[in-house]
Amino acid sequence: MSIELKNVSKSFGQVAALRDVSFAVNEGELAALLGPSGSGKTTVLRLIAGLETPDNGRLFVRGAEVSAVPVQRRNIGFVFQNYALFRNMSVWGNIAFGLSIKKWRRPQIAARVAELADFLDLHDQVRRYPHQLSGGQRQRVAIARALAPGPDVLLLDEPFAAVDAQIRQELRQWLIRLHHEIKLTTIFVTHDQEEAMEVADRIVVFSQGRLERIGTPQEVYEKPHNEFVARFVGVLNVLELEVRDGLARCNELEFPAHGLADGQKMRIGFRPYNVQVSPHPAVYPFRALLRRTYFLGVMLRLEMELPSGLVIRSRLSKEEYARLGLADGREVSFQIRTYRILSKEGGPLGDEVATSYETRPLLGEGI
Amino acid sequence: MKPLSRTTSRSAPAPLPSPPAVKWSLIALAAIFLAIFLLLPLINVFAQAFARGWSPFWRALSDPDTGSAVRLTLMVAAISVPLNAVFGLTAAWAIAKFDFRGKALLLTLIDLPFAISPVVAGLLFVLLFGANGWMGPWLEAHHLKVIFAPPGMVLATLFVTFPYVARELIPVMHSQGREQEEAALTLGAGGWQTFWRVTLPSVKWGLFYGIILCNARAMGEFGAVWVVSGHIAGETDTLPLRVDKLYNEFDPVAPFAVATLLGLLAVATMLLKAFLDWKGRREL
Repeated sequence: MSIELKNVSKSFGQVAALRDVSFAVNEGELAALLGPSGSGKTTVLRLIAGLETPDNGRLFVRGAEVSAVPVQRRNIGFVFQNYALFRNMSVWGNIAFGLSIKKWRRPQIAARVAELADFLDLHDQVRRYPHQLSGGQRQRVAIARALAPGPDVLLLDEPFAAVDAQIRQELRQWLIRLHHEIKLTTIFVTHDQEEAMEVADRIVVFSQGRLERIGTPQEVYEKPHNEFVARFVGVLNVLELEVRDGLARCNELEFPAHGLADGQKMRIGFRPYNVQVSPHPAVYPFRALLRRTYFLGVMLRLEMELPSGLVIRSRLSKEEYARLGLADGREVSFQIRTYRILSKEGGPLGDEVATSYETRPLLGEGI
Repeated sequence: MKPLSRTTSRSAPAPLPSPPAVKWSLIALAAIFLAIFLLLPLINVFAQAFARGWSPFWRALSDPDTGSAVRLTLMVAAISVPLNAVFGLTAAWAIAKFDFRGKALLLTLIDLPFAISPVVAGLLFVLLFGANGWMGPWLEAHHLKVIFAPPGMVLATLFVTFPYVARELIPVMHSQGREQEEAALTLGAGGWQTFWRVTLPSVKWGLFYGIILCNARAMGEFGAVWVVSGHIAGETDTLPLRVDKLYNEFDPVAPFAVATLLGLLAVATMLLKAFLDWKGRREL
């Protein structure tokens, strides 16, 4: 275990930022802390770095407890969201800062800075000042500065938030490569589920200061454990059903009642890729109009509108779309292959995040 | 991020398409105002000082009492400006980088010298340290002279010029946030190392700026110093007090000659300020 949190809580005044959070990140892993803003993910990062002290709980780095170790002696590399470069120092000065604090000798410092500048493709910029650099260069300087003293762990706060979409894509690949080369335990914070999925070995999902789910990207996506995670990680169709005459219904759609009596409600969710579409109106049980097709690269997202106005989203590959001969404005039929019960009536509906339910996928073939 | 910023820029009101006539008449109005009320009086001071040629001018400046006024002015500034630079830096640092109880009160206290009339400020010190004041008997018993002596003038100047450095630094430090300092901490730097290597260099232009304003005010202060000085020629006259005294003696040249020194100080301050503005902006 490279990093471990045990029952950590932290409040800022009346606001509880973290509630009883425990998790561990293995040596050499690239982990993402994922959650909406205000979910406590940045607080976790700052606690690990020692920039905040926990109210309760304990922190371990490489097996040693660091709860009482001051930030200066934690040996952690921290990359701030806005990079926080020293504006009055050149790139060279920025990278060398941590080394001169540690009283390295001048030739060693020069060698290490040159090595990092080479590694991060900054050798032409070493004499420049932060205000003379592009956003991507600033980020690389911030990473070089954090790596220079040889930290045990690298922490990155929203590393891609400050750059535009196109560069962000490149930076993700670059971060994966960087991690692969230096094999340093790395934790980064993001609110972008796609980014977490693509970059991380493991994802830790936070909501309202609580740890909701930890696992590989695939585990988190396929077995989300609760509605919050399911909705936050990827697109989810969510339907509010009410049982009438022994079937759970939402407008034209019908599902088994799952043991609920007439008049009771439940909520279900299903991923767009679990919605099967046919251009023939009679192949599948539900009819709809293909309203609009969104191009998402290799995959397409379809928005289908039922006669009652209910909109269901589906996902297809380009090839399948072409094979089926689909087009906007066509009459189609669809079925839902599997879905997940998000909540049943019993506890108050709407308290979706706090209560987690059995979420084993149910086969709905032939409904 | 991107679509958001695009919508905000779209919804932001476009600058009014004003005709050039409006623009130029506004500029002309401001320029005329400045010329009449600021530039003309300054030029007049120099004109009056040299109205009768070099020798009366030179005589006024080489008067031993003027020399002593220059020395006293420099001494008062040399003590109060560094002290206020340190106080201002400490106060600004505390206010901008930390949260604590009484922060609003501290901010208000820093502004107090701006709000209070300098004459009243001077009187405060007389009431505190004067012969009939609160600490008067004690000071007398120890043969310490504060009021009607240079120490009182330094105190009065310190009081009046207190806000300049702090007021200049608070917004600068505030806008920079704590991240650079936090970065230094994660890299192993201690509190002092962080202060000397990160905090201080990043506010240096703001600090210089505050110091020159503080200095200009310290050398030019009249009201508070007038109350505590006692007007002893050659002993407790600063330059502004000397100008006042010469003027009241109906000397046609000397007050203006001495005033040119203060005028030059003002010009030098403004040039320095413009330079620091430019330098600070360039490094942002």
